[in-house]
Formats: sequence, structure tokens, C-alpha cells
Amino acid sequence: MPRRTPWIVALLTLATISLGACGGPFPQSALDPASDFAWKLQDLFEGIFFWAVVVFVLVEGALIVAILRFRERPGGPEPKATHGNTLLEISWTLAPAIILVLIAIPTIKTIWDVDRPARGESLVVEAVGHQWWWEFRYPDLGIVTANELHIPVGQQIDVRLTSADVIHSFWFPRLGGKRDVIPGHETQIWFTADSAGLYLGQCAEFCGLSHALMKMELVAESPADFEAWVEGQLADAVVTDSVSFAEGTQAFMRGGCIACHKIRGTVAQGVIGPDLTHVGSRRRIAGGILDNTPENMERWIRDSRGVKPGSLMIVPELDDETVSRIVEYLQGLK
Amino acid sequence: MAVRSESPAASASHAHEGTYAGGLLSWITTVDHKRIGVMYGVSAFFFFLVGGLEALLIRLQLGSAENTLIDPDLYNQLFTMHGTTMVFLAIMPLSAAFFNFIVPLQIGARDVAFPRLNAFSFWVFFLGALFMNASFLFGGAPDAGWFGYANLTSTQYSPGMRVDFWVIGLLVLGVSSIAAALNFIVTIINLRCEGMTLMRMPLFTWMTLITSFLLVMAFPAITVGLVLLMFDRMFGTLFFNPMAGGDVLLWQHLFWIFGHPEVYILLLPGLGIVSEVIPVFSRKPLFGYAFVVYSGILIAFLGFGVWAHHMFAVGLGPVANTVFSATTMLIAIPTGVKIFNWIATLWGGSLRLRTPLYFALGFIAMFIIGGLSGVMHASAPTDLQQTDTYFIVAHIHYVLFGGVMFALFAGMYYWFPKITGRMMSERLGKAHFWMMIISFNLTFFPQHFLGLHGMPRRTFTYESGLGFEAMNLMSTVGAMLLGASMLIFIWNVLGTLRKGAPAGDNPWEGSTLEWSIASPPPHYNFRVLPVVGGRDPLWAEDLTKAVPGDDPSTPEPHMPGPSYFPFATAVGIVVMAGGGLTLTLPVVLVGVALVLFGIYGWAFQPLEH
Repeated sequence: MPRRTPWIVALLTLATISLGACGGPFPQSALDPASDFAWKLQDLFEGIFFWAVVVFVLVEGALIVAILRFRERPGGPEPKATHGNTLLEISWTLAPAIILVLIAIPTIKTIWDVDRPARGESLVVEAVGHQWWWEFRYPDLGIVTANELHIPVGQQIDVRLTSADVIHSFWFPRLGGKRDVIPGHETQIWFTADSAGLYLGQCAEFCGLSHALMKMELVAESPADFEAWVEGQLADAVVTDSVSFAEGTQAFMRGGCIACHKIRGTVAQGVIGPDLTHVGSRRRIAGGILDNTPENMERWIRDSRGVKPGSLMIVPELDDETVSRIVEYLQGLK
Repeated sequence: MAVRSESPAASASHAHEGTYAGGLLSWITTVDHKRIGVMYGVSAFFFFLVGGLEALLIRLQLGSAENTLIDPDLYNQLFTMHGTTMVFLAIMPLSAAFFNFIVPLQIGARDVAFPRLNAFSFWVFFLGALFMNASFLFGGAPDAGWFGYANLTSTQYSPGMRVDFWVIGLLVLGVSSIAAALNFIVTIINLRCEGMTLMRMPLFTWMTLITSFLLVMAFPAITVGLVLLMFDRMFGTLFFNPMAGGDVLLWQHLFWIFGHPEVYILLLPGLGIVSEVIPVFSRKPLFGYAFVVYSGILIAFLGFGVWAHHMFAVGLGPVANTVFSATTMLIAIPTGVKIFNWIATLWGGSLRLRTPLYFALGFIAMFIIGGLSGVMHASAPTDLQQTDTYFIVAHIHYVLFGGVMFALFAGMYYWFPKITGRMMSERLGKAHFWMMIISFNLTFFPQHFLGLHGMPRRTFTYESGLGFEAMNLMSTVGAMLLGASMLIFIWNVLGTLRKGAPAGDNPWEGSTLEWSIASPPPHYNFRVLPVVGGRDPLWAEDLTKAVPGDDPSTPEPHMPGPSYFPFATAVGIVVMAGGGLTLTLPVVLVGVALVLFGIYGWAFQPLEH
């Protein structure tokens, strides 16, 4: 892994810990990089942090010494009226200039390193920001999912970002910096995850009422696991013969859900809301804010605006029977 | 160095309590820069408290994970209005209070160049501020952020009048700012007393001049943006509609071409105040005067070339990001030069550790931290992690609260005796300082780490399990203490007004002309206009001979009489704004008629009564 100056790590850690054992662990921390892209930013940050600490100690130190040494003393002499010193002025103009050059060089190097399209072979993912959920498409694999991105470890991911409504910002702190998601523009970010695991992300640009509830998850897994996941996603919705499943399907279709949602292999072909073909397999629902349990799904269907204020999901009046059938049906879509 | 020290009794002048005499009508019609300064100060402090209360509600909501105290609809209004209020209704007018009260005194003038325009600026600001806040009563306050990014501000995503209040309110406030800025440019360039060359001007006056130029040049950019947005919202144009070929990034460029200079509009007056306070309480002239002046000019100039550092995550490409990273880093150099010169002024001095100096020193200490975190996100790649997180929230508060507000409090404690003629309590002042600086750091220091650990800003809630609880709780406790520290200040002010010790002309043994006259100054300021021969006229015996003080044998100068036309014109503008808001032509026409009436009467009213 890229070299981290040990004492900077120690200092950052110490500062964090000394902040009153300030919680943690921090699963969404930018200080815990897990991709090539995030490491480049972290390395740069550590270098700048070093200089910031040096300057902080010197300048605050000089200020404190001045305050302690030159307090008024009774009967003390009148201070000498010095008006300036050109040599001093030149040196304290040059000193910060030199430090800034030392910061600017790696900065510019990193800008040209990260601020470019992905190079080489990569898995393309199209991420579309919606108020307030994320749509993920794998154009080469023919998969569409929502709020949960699966990627293979060690493979470069090329994320192409567009928005369906307002400006959002795509941010998985441990995998890379933010990239704004802008209606009318396509932006890009790329990264290669170091290690398997679950990574948390969320929208970072204020995008309206429930901006805080626009979350997402990324599962980085071994190529074999990823293959298996792709297999599962490519299959049409599971169809079983159980009575309740058939009833659930009907309830889903009758409930008006099909106007916005798509379930591949059925008549539900809506494109406004998240694709639900394999919704039962996802860890979370409702824009990554609720664990995917039958209770939560029921709560979401009954009271989407209570769960997520301003939610655009329109649910007609449904009786308890219908709701529980829909939930059972959707939970079955593994 | 010879210090001219004068006991109040030895002074020929006497306190002029009459400066503030008269009822409400006399305040509405006044054109006296001192009264206008006081009105700016009192109303800006009121809005500072309003913005502070909004902040406290925000912090209460964030005090624990998944809190439900405040719903997202209200939360978004609160953070939008907190930002808008603190920038436009608190810090800018607090600076304007000092511009008004102090600058004419520092340059040895009897008033500003256009006293009625000055009154007009104040009333447009005050009524515009009420207009903006009236939104709370009519369907809710603006809720799209103080930066109002398109296309969230479009009628599609922000229906109703909330964003209209914001657009029209800011347009109204812009009128006030530009009028005031032109007034101060003309005043400072033309009304300096004999002998006061530009390079003899007090630093605060210098920074006022620079700030005024910034205002005149920066506000047109946001005005253009706001007019385009108003047309989009009211008349169906498509400037910011991406579906119809408009571009949402156009707004960001226009906003930040204004928005970054705006940061220096907020900051430079504070730098000016600190540059006044430090020499006076170090008993030493400012070290490197010319360098401090030029670095102020340089900061202002460079401030126009850094706007896209607010847009590093937009993906403008490596060329733009390189250029804007470099220009942003460059600003650290003149800023550093100022800090070094202040420390050099302290060095070898004889520090009188009174409240104003406490706040000035607190300013330097906090501002260094804000500057250093600023360099961290001047670097475009590191900013990709920091932008739109609590790291930035911490940074701006270290600059604007730890920085500017500490400086403004230094100014309040420093000039309060001049403005009211009474000395504030040192004991309460220092208690205020210590409570403020400790609770300020408790509030904002943990936010750096919240941001780095992945907490985005402008979020009304956060999930438990992300590790954010403890630091948010610290921050909330700090904010409550910070709010409480303001009570000490208010208590001090009220107590001083009631029974503060008389200040005399020059309680701090200051060096600039405002200290050569009575406290509070008579309405004409200087009975005989002073003549200065150097930078610190009251500190050098040979330079003070020409500062005549208040010689009662000379007749009182005639001053412009009161006028209600500036107020009427300002009311007309806000009536027009109200008509525009509701798209009612008759109301707009009433406003236009009032404005025309006001300007006509204003133009033909004789100057003296």
C-alpha cells in the first residue's frame, strides 16, 4: 500500500481519539481508503496535513510567545515604534510561497492523475441520481438495480453519472472523492476496490427535502461471487406456483405499482421508479435507508412519505390483505 | 514614542448625549452617519441572534442520531435562512455599522459623501431583511440553500413562494449594498481631511475602501444570476432548465463569481478592525503598514480568480482544476503576510490585555486554523473528499465566526466607548471572550472530523452506527454554550448603557482621529476639520497640533437636515418587491409611484433646513 508517514497517521488517529473517544467505528470514513482513487487523495491529504501542522505549530507558537513575552509591565519602558522591516516582509512572503509550491506540485500531479476518464479495461456502470434514490445500470451486462452496487474486487469500475432531476453528488468516501451528478451533463469517476466488503455512500449535494435519506451501498466481492450475483440478476423474476405468489403478483399489478416499477418477465414495465426484478435480494430498500425486512417493506408501502418526506412514490388506498400480499411477493423476488 | 494621553476632564470637549436624542421619527428621517451606523449595528445584531437561534435549532436536531425533533422541511428552511441571514443580514450589515460610524470619523469628515443615500441604503437593507424573514409567515422560508443551486430552485422542484422570497429579497439587498459601497468609495476618496494621503489612512478605512470596490464588482454577477432565475420562475424562461438546453452550471459560475469575493467582503472589514486594535493595545504602530494594505488589495484582486474552487467536484477538467487550485493557494500568501505583520506588531510591544485585544488575538488564533483547513481544500483532489461535508462547515465557521465574528466583537468592544460614551465592563467582556472561544472550539473543531469521517452537510439526520453521535453531541453542547455566551455580551451592553463609567474622548489612547473628539461625537463630528501629518496623528506630538478638538469658540457647522424621502424610496422598493413576489401589477405600480415620489422629493429638498 502507498507509504503513509507513520507519525501523521498517529497524529490523525490521536486527534480523533482525543476528541473524547468520539464514537466510531466510522464505516463511511474518507480517512480509511479502500481503492486506488481514494488512496491518491489520502496520500495527498497527508502531505498537506503535514505542512498544515508545521505552520500551525510555528505561527500559533509565535503568537503565544508574543502574548506571553510582551504583556504590559508596570513601569516598563515605552515600546520602540518600529514601522516595518523589508527583509522580514520578503522572507515571510517567500516562506509560505515555498510551502505552497511543495503542496502545489503533488496537488497538480494528482489532479492530472485522477481528473481524467478511466483508462484501460473497466466495468462500466451508469449511475442515475433520482430524488432520492440511485439507479445503477450495467450496460454491458444488461443489469439494472437500485441503491446497491455490486462490483468485483481488483477490477476498475468506470462510473458514468447522470441525473434524472436535480444535481446530486456520488460519494463512496472509502472508494473515491465526490463527483457531482448534473442534469444535462455526464460526469465520470473510476476506482478499483482493494478488498472485498460493504462500502457505504450517500448523496453529497443538497438535492431537496429528503437529501439526507439518499443513501447507497456498494458490495465489493471476489470475481467468482460477482459472477454468481450477475447470474442471479440476469435471470427473470422468480416465478413460483404458490397461490400466494400468484395473488401477490395480481395485487402488485392491481395496486398500480406497475405504472412506475419494472419486474422483468412480467407485465410490470414501468421506468420511473426502481427496477424491482430482484428487490428481495437487496440488503436495503427505500433509497438505502431501511433494512429489507417484510415489516419495513410494509411500512414503506403504507407510509412512504412518513419514512421519506417528499417521496414521489404514489400508493393508492390498499387494504391490509393486498399490502401483505404485495410484500410477500416482493420479498420473494430474490 | 510620545503618547498623547488626555484625561476626560482635561479635554475641552464634552459628551454629546444629544447625538441620539429624539423620538422614533427622528431615527426614520435621520441622515447622520452615526445614527445610521447605530441602526445598522442594532438591527444586524438582532439578525445575528435570529441566525444564531436558527443554528441552535439545527444543532438540537443533530444532537442525536435519527432525531425527529425537526422535520426535514423545517430543517432545510433553517439552514438556508441561517446561511442567508448570517451572510447578508448579520455580518455584512455589522461591518456596515462600523463603516458608517467609524470611517467618516477616521478620515476627519463630518459625514459621508451622500448622507441621504446612506439612509436609503440602511432602510433598503432593513426592510429587505424583514421582507426575507416574512417568508416564515407566508408558507415557509426559502429552503434551497443559501447558494440556491439551479435547478433545485426551479418552479418544478421548488414550487410556491419560498424561493421567490429568496430571489427577490437578495435583489433588494443588493440595491442596498451597491448604493452603500458607492457612497463609501466616494466618501473615502473625496472627504479625507487635509494631509490624509491614501497611505496615511487608518487600516480600517483602507479595508472599507477595498470591501466597497469588491461589493460594486461582485454584486452585479449575482444580480445577473438572480434576474435569470427570476425570469425562469416567473416568466417561464429556460436559462437553467437542462431539458430545454439551459445549463445548471451557469448558475454555479455566476453565483461563485459573486460568492467568493463575498467571502472577502465579509472578511476584510474584520482584518481592518484587527489592524486597528492590535497596534493600539500593543502601544506600537502597525508593523509593515504598506504590506498590510497591499496584501488586502491583493486578497481582493485574487478573490475574483478563485470561484471554481467551489466546483471541484463538478468535473470541470484538469486544466480548470489546476488553475483554480493554484490561484486559491496564492491567496494564502497575502493572508499569511497580514498574520505575520500582526504578530510582528505585538512583538516588542507592551500589550494591554483588554477585551478588544483579547478578541483580536482570538481572531488571529482561530483564523490561522480556518486558513490552514482552507489550504487543504484549495487542493482540488483533497477537496473531492472534503467538499459538501462537515469539514467545510468547520472551515467556514473558523473563518467567518472564529475569524470575522471575533474581529467584529473586537470592534464592538473597541468602539463601544466612542459610540455610547461609556466603558463596557472588562470583567464581563473577558468572561464573554473565554466562554465564546472555548464553546466555539467545542462546537466546530469536532466538525472537521465528522466531515473527514463521512458526514455530508445539509442533512437533517444521520444514521446511528456511522460513528457520528459523540462528536455531534459535543458540537451541540458547544453551540448551546456559544449561544449562552452572547447573553453575557448583551448583559454587558445593557448594563453599560444604564450605568457604565464615562469613557472620555480617548479611553484606549488610540491613535486615529475618531479618538480626538467627544464620545459620543457631536452630530457634526469635527467643529474644525483636522489636518494630519502622519499615520497615527494622536500618537505623535508634532502631528497632533493640527487636530483641533472641539473648540467652542468656533460656530457649529451646518449639517444636512433630516429627510423622510430616503425612507419613502426604500419603502417603495420593498412594495415593488412584494408586488413582484405575488405577481400583482397594481402593487408594483404603487411601489414605483412611491419610489418616484421619494426620488423626486429627495432631489428637490434643500440640503439644510
